[in-house]
Amino acid sequence: MTVSDVQKILKAQVICGEDSMDREVHTACGSDMMSDVLAFVKDQSVLLTGLVNPQVVRTADMMDMVCIIFVRGKQPDDAIISLAKERDIVLMATPYRMFTACGLLYENGLKGGCDIV
Amino acid sequence: MSAPVKLKYTVPGDDFTRAGEASGSVKKALKKLGVCPDAVRKVAIAMYEGEINMVIHANGGEITVEITPEAVDMVLRDQGPGIENIDLAMQEGYSTAPDNVRALGFGAGMGLPNMKKYTDEMKVESEVGVGTTVTMRVYIKQ
Repeated sequence: MTVSDVQKILKAQVICGEDSMDREVHTACGSDMMSDVLAFVKDQSVLLTGLVNPQVVRTADMMDMVCIIFVRGKQPDDAIISLAKERDIVLMATPYRMFTACGLLYENGLKGGCDIV
Repeated sequence: MSAPVKLKYTVPGDDFTRAGEASGSVKKALKKLGVCPDAVRKVAIAMYEGEINMVIHANGGEITVEITPEAVDMVLRDQGPGIENIDLAMQEGYSTAPDNVRALGFGAGMGLPNMKKYTDEMKVESEVGVGTTVTMRVYIKQ
């Protein structure tokens, strides 16, 4: 699916990266612990998180992710948004909670990539 | 790329929001040099973890990076409190990070193990009260 499909499924507000909505995404992960994202994630292109700080963008950048979804409608500040713009990462906010947001994406065909550690 | 490319960074210890700037810059430099994406990602993740550690535990430090056609060598040096038991620190899940760091998404005890996982060679030298030096190498596949 594309970033645009993710946006529609999650009824998400696009915060930045409107020009990258047609990028393809195949896998996702949901975590508030960036240490775990760095340790266990492989080739996932979407990060769902309830954590809102610049390290979320830096972590996604290190992992070559294309899109970050803030769950529970959380909003990043300007510093986070400009960091994401610099790194060409799409930021969105969904009103859904983490579990539901992950479930909706999974149901629509987005997989976890590496399900077993 | 013929001559080695040398990069040097000072990591400020008082600003968690800036942790990762050096790693981001190295990642960009490696991409520009045409280094294979797999090696770029390994270097970026290992260095980022090290940089985060420097900010969390050691009030910052210095990072030098040398890029040759064969490998990327990173040396992360700090003058922090040092690591009492390196074997213990290398275990997954062991962490001495305070709660405020965990609230920021780090401190799961995955930093050093992750650095080892993503590098081809890694050496940790530390003296309590003096500081820590982490040396890492990632080979570049031709």
